Amino acid sequence: MTFDRKTLASSIALAAATLMAGGAQAQMSDDAVRIGYLADMSGTYRDLAGPGGLEALEMAVEDFGGEVNGTPIEIFSADDRNSADVGANTVRGWIDEENVDLVAGLVASSVTIAVTKVLEANDGLGIVSGSAASSITDEHCTPNHIHWVYDTYPLANGTAKAVVEQGGDSWFMLTADYAFGHALEGDVTRVVEENGGEIVGGVHHPFPTSDFSSYILQAQGSGAKIVGLANAGSDTVNAITTASQFGLTQSGQQLAGLLIFLNDVHAMGLEATQGLLLTTGWYWDMDDQAREWAERYFERVGRMPTMVQAGIYSSTTHYLNAVAEQGTDDPEAIRAAMAEAPIEDFFARNGRIREDGRMVHDMYLAQVKSPEASEGEWDVYEILSTIPAEEAYRPLAESQCKLVNN
Amino acid sequence: MTMIFGVPLAVFMGQLMLGLINGAFYALLSLGLAVIFGLLKIVNFAHGAQYMLGAFAALLGLQYLGLDYWVALLLVPLVVGGLGMLIERFILRRIAHLDHLYGLLLTFGLALIFEGSLINLFGVSGSSYPTPAALQGGVNLGFMFLPTYRAWVLVAALGVCLATWFIIERTRLGAYLRAGTENPALMQAFGVNVPQLITLTYGFGVALAAFAGVLAAPLYPVSPTMGSSLLIVVFAVVVIGGMGSILGAIVTGLAMGLIEGLTKVYYPEAANTVIFLVMVVVLMLRPAGLFGKET
Repeated sequence: MTFDRKTLASSIALAAATLMAGGAQAQMSDDAVRIGYLADMSGTYRDLAGPGGLEALEMAVEDFGGEVNGTPIEIFSADDRNSADVGANTVRGWIDEENVDLVAGLVASSVTIAVTKVLEANDGLGIVSGSAASSITDEHCTPNHIHWVYDTYPLANGTAKAVVEQGGDSWFMLTADYAFGHALEGDVTRVVEENGGEIVGGVHHPFPTSDFSSYILQAQGSGAKIVGLANAGSDTVNAITTASQFGLTQSGQQLAGLLIFLNDVHAMGLEATQGLLLTTGWYWDMDDQAREWAERYFERVGRMPTMVQAGIYSSTTHYLNAVAEQGTDDPEAIRAAMAEAPIEDFFARNGRIREDGRMVHDMYLAQVKSPEASEGEWDVYEILSTIPAEEAYRPLAESQCKLVNN
Repeated sequence: MTMIFGVPLAVFMGQLMLGLINGAFYALLSLGLAVIFGLLKIVNFAHGAQYMLGAFAALLGLQYLGLDYWVALLLVPLVVGGLGMLIERFILRRIAHLDHLYGLLLTFGLALIFEGSLINLFGVSGSSYPTPAALQGGVNLGFMFLPTYRAWVLVAALGVCLATWFIIERTRLGAYLRAGTENPALMQAFGVNVPQLITLTYGFGVALAAFAGVLAAPLYPVSPTMGSSLLIVVFAVVVIGGMGSILGAIVTGLAMGLIEGLTKVYYPEAANTVIFLVMVVVLMLRPAGLFGKET
């Protein structure tokens, strides 16, 4: 019933959007550089990118002066409602009717994979900032998109490896029962076993689940040292909250969250999350450069930026630099120019774009602070170590991407 | 160690306990729906949103007014129930003479408006509500560690369910309510203010949802979307129990909590589906629900 109504509503909205777009005079690409921001603006993933990501994009454009070599920059935005259909249709419309040059944002992996197919068919360009699936630059790679902030490979590689090295060698997995969860579980299993640990049990829980008490009880009964969370968003939040209520950590077990965003930790509070290990692509308080930008963002938005929101600013700026330097917005030339230039800014360290479209950069292993150690509402992570760019991501030698010669 | 179908007895007992707690929760929510449907014939799709409003009111009351949990538990159902009465008086009443479907559409629209506005204001990540000091910690039952707060949820939810059942089925007020919906014209001839009775009943059903919301606040992150996922399950519970049957809602709520709890042990992948499977079977064998009267 919900589904039908949503579908109906979205078709009406789409029809309206198409009508309006049809009415406007299509302009030549050279009149303006047009950036379309596509993200979940109202659902589960809203807070990790959403309106805050659009704000970051607008900041990047303003800081660039609002124009490239005298050509104005225009921003479009749309809510994909985590639907691959809606996302793909929106982007098709943007390219056909509005001459959109760059699609930014891109959060749910399923939406992203659908959109990159449209980009490839229509010779567009996209920068993926929010999605997790490492397949986006593996079997789903195209010459028309770049994956910026993080993916499941370094998440497993960072957190799982660190946890096993600290003695957490027996794992119980709580896995969201869909493609992303299974992929992450697979990556984690590989890393744990390679490092001498073992997976002693696990549960595939439905997506989404609000009550995790039963699964937490099973994890407690398993005797594993580590309870790994191969899920995201509200599932992770619910699992961690419940684990804290059932005294999981007090009884000697430890949680390992594999995909955790700043907004998740902020929502749960430090009491429930303290001690949690996680891998992140960026943290607002990691150094002066990051802080300086984050504080400007905070003044506009009233929340500290997530790694995804910071990545949107970073990638947009890198794109605009390439456009300014090349004097064109032709996707192929721009992607080549972007790949040529190393990326060193407040967001990315040792960053570069590989031929598969993966932007590799230093990743960070972080631990959530205890309430006593935290000095403010957003002072939540301590960065424990840096995972060098070239070690963090899936090596090209293992790549199944058609752009890589293996 | 004693095993039950391959699961240690202790784990099995623990899961039964958790199922019972969730079941009490389902019972409380489906009870509100059943009261509203049974007496007003309105399919209240705003029930999930009203549950969410209860949790939100508790959270905001704590953050901005410093109202503690116990005050919220009393005050929030009154406030949200009052809002429900306004909705009934000024919106639902206008369409009372139309087909039930219109009430369903209208309340669904209201739910979307409540959810959407709060998403705009607060985002979707949600916030945590601290467990009240008196109910922190837990007890070791031997077979499991039971957080005190969950034990309290079981007691409070069951207590309210039984009190509601008693009021509606065993008191004079309840008799008026039932008679008023059966034959409003006759009741009015006896000098009973039926429209007022209906407003109060809707308000009471909404207050039950809000009460459940306050109970849930310390358990789950308080977020604008917390009601919508639960609503569908609760509807299934009401359908299985028999639309409008008060006792049916309570017993079915508990039973479904237990069945879901056991599914989580033996085949977790189906945990979100099992209640709907039961619903299909029940509808095939007894279309009016387990406790419903065939009409």
